[in-house]
Amino acid sequence: MAELARAAEPFRFYTRLHLTELTGLKAAGLVQLVRLLKSVPGGCIYYHTHRFLQQHQYLSPEPPNDFAYWVREILGEEELGERLASIDIIQYSTIRSLREKIIATIEEYLDEHPEAKMRFPREGGELHFKKSVSFILPTEHVSYDLREFVDILKRITIDSIYFHIFEAKLRLEKGTNDFSNWIENSIGDKTLALSIARLDPYVYTMEDLRRTITAMIEREIR
Amino acid sequence: MAKIDDYIPIVGESVVEDLKLIAVHLRGKRILNVNSTAVGGGVAEILNRMVPLLRELGLDVRWDVIKGGKDFFEVTKKFHNALHGGRVDISEKDFEIFMETSRSNLEAMETSGDIIFIHDPQPIVLVRKRGDNKWIWRCHIDLSEPKKKVWRFLKEFIVQYDAAVFSAPAFSRTLPIRQFLIAPSIDPLSDKNRELPQEVIDGVLHKYGVPKDKPIITQISRFDRLKDPLGVIGTFRLVKKHIDCRLLLAGGTATDDPEGQKVFEEVMEAAHGDPDIHILVVSQNDLEINALQRASTVILQKSLKEGFGLTVSEALWKSKPVVASNVGGIPLQVKNRYSGLLCYSPEGAAFAVKQFLTSPDYARQIGENGREHVRNNFLITRHLRDYMLLFLSLYHKENIVYL
Repeated sequence: MAELARAAEPFRFYTRLHLTELTGLKAAGLVQLVRLLKSVPGGCIYYHTHRFLQQHQYLSPEPPNDFAYWVREILGEEELGERLASIDIIQYSTIRSLREKIIATIEEYLDEHPEAKMRFPREGGELHFKKSVSFILPTEHVSYDLREFVDILKRITIDSIYFHIFEAKLRLEKGTNDFSNWIENSIGDKTLALSIARLDPYVYTMEDLRRTITAMIEREIR
Repeated sequence: MAKIDDYIPIVGESVVEDLKLIAVHLRGKRILNVNSTAVGGGVAEILNRMVPLLRELGLDVRWDVIKGGKDFFEVTKKFHNALHGGRVDISEKDFEIFMETSRSNLEAMETSGDIIFIHDPQPIVLVRKRGDNKWIWRCHIDLSEPKKKVWRFLKEFIVQYDAAVFSAPAFSRTLPIRQFLIAPSIDPLSDKNRELPQEVIDGVLHKYGVPKDKPIITQISRFDRLKDPLGVIGTFRLVKKHIDCRLLLAGGTATDDPEGQKVFEEVMEAAHGDPDIHILVVSQNDLEINALQRASTVILQKSLKEGFGLTVSEALWKSKPVVASNVGGIPLQVKNRYSGLLCYSPEGAAFAVKQFLTSPDYARQIGENGREHVRNNFLITRHLRDYMLLFLSLYHKENIVYL
């Protein structure tokens, strides 16, 4: 077995746990949705585009965001639902830019289909805005090389994987995910770092994402 | 009583590790829970399980119960029904009775601690004793359409808390305090939910004289109008027109629910001595409830209003196909056509029950999905985590908290 590169800086796994805060704000139609999307805190945009990833992480490899789900399932606007679901979240490096894209998508649709402004949910079907309060904690797991890293990756919580892949990139605006960042800068394996960064994590379940990254690293250190 | 590490085989080692990590940040904080009953009902059941586990995690947690007479609990039951949107006649006298008992509790109860965690409206007035400590009001009730008179009365107290906690997003209102969404949970290691040998299940059926000759449709609930037991009997009769089956309606009563006996009598009358309808009073016997759920072919929860409806998660955890009303916290547990079937009427419920009875493979798959959904979202370990994060949030106003 080839000797593995020892990291210049060890990787400490963090975990991210979240609490859901209610805002008391709710949308009962597309016009109201757009108005609220423009004013709610960034934590709301983050929550509604990422909730499915954790709550239904075993369920679907293509978790829809809450806006897409509500527009399609509750308002019955299939086409707009598809447009919102297909927003490529991985392309956005800030919550602000993601918010703008969601708003633009709905406004564009309302220009094309003004009758959609008259779609309302049945009573109780409003979209309730919530936001995510993240608590970030260091775990005791630290790796100094890729072997140690992959061994920890296999058993760490999905919350930890979630933090390093999703939250670090978008909410903390680090530009890339933490795994790729460490592998490139501390291990020096630019190719592996890039191939992990190139994954679209939004189309995996969390367990599939764990398996995929684990397999990529194991191929590298075999 | 289960220890925290006993949950590792169910939720994985890392989930329990996380709980221990968070708990470290709450060492030294004294937390007092207050509710209105030590036994019966979902709140007491959850506290009975959670308090020892929080203590094992190193938190200094106490639990106290307010005192109240029959008059007081009759009024709080009226409040409960009014908050659920029911038509209830509440007089000034009722408010006086409520305040009189509240004043006695204010005098009698010792509320020292760093965090005071008040459950439901009965002890809500205690917040008048607040000092420089933190106060949380935990509402377990469906507040989607509360009657204004009671809501306005309670709101005066709610706004004096630091935070309020609700079980479903639709229950939140516009309030000047922080509001959090925390679903309740079930304990997979409790007598109500742990695995049972077949002979125990058969023994309980035998005890209650329920033969295993036909599919069994079950609703486990207190005898309470909001659980719609008469609607359940209506549903059963619609199903039975086409498929021979039995109905089990089983439940007890809580000490803070004076209406239970009356509803029970109405249910007995509606059953008309039908030998296929089994109405069982199973008071505080969790093991028997567990056995009855496991013996069931389909489980119903046809509530008209529901704070959360933990019996749904209990059934899903046992991989049972569930038909439940689309009210309160139920749609959080049942994602329609994925982890169960949602309904709006006895006719809709009957149609869904027939689908499950005639398509056992579909029923099995839905039941399995339901179990995984509960494992991920509605077990006590998630609840412990949320409560600890809630306590921490009282000391952090920001959206991203580094611990």
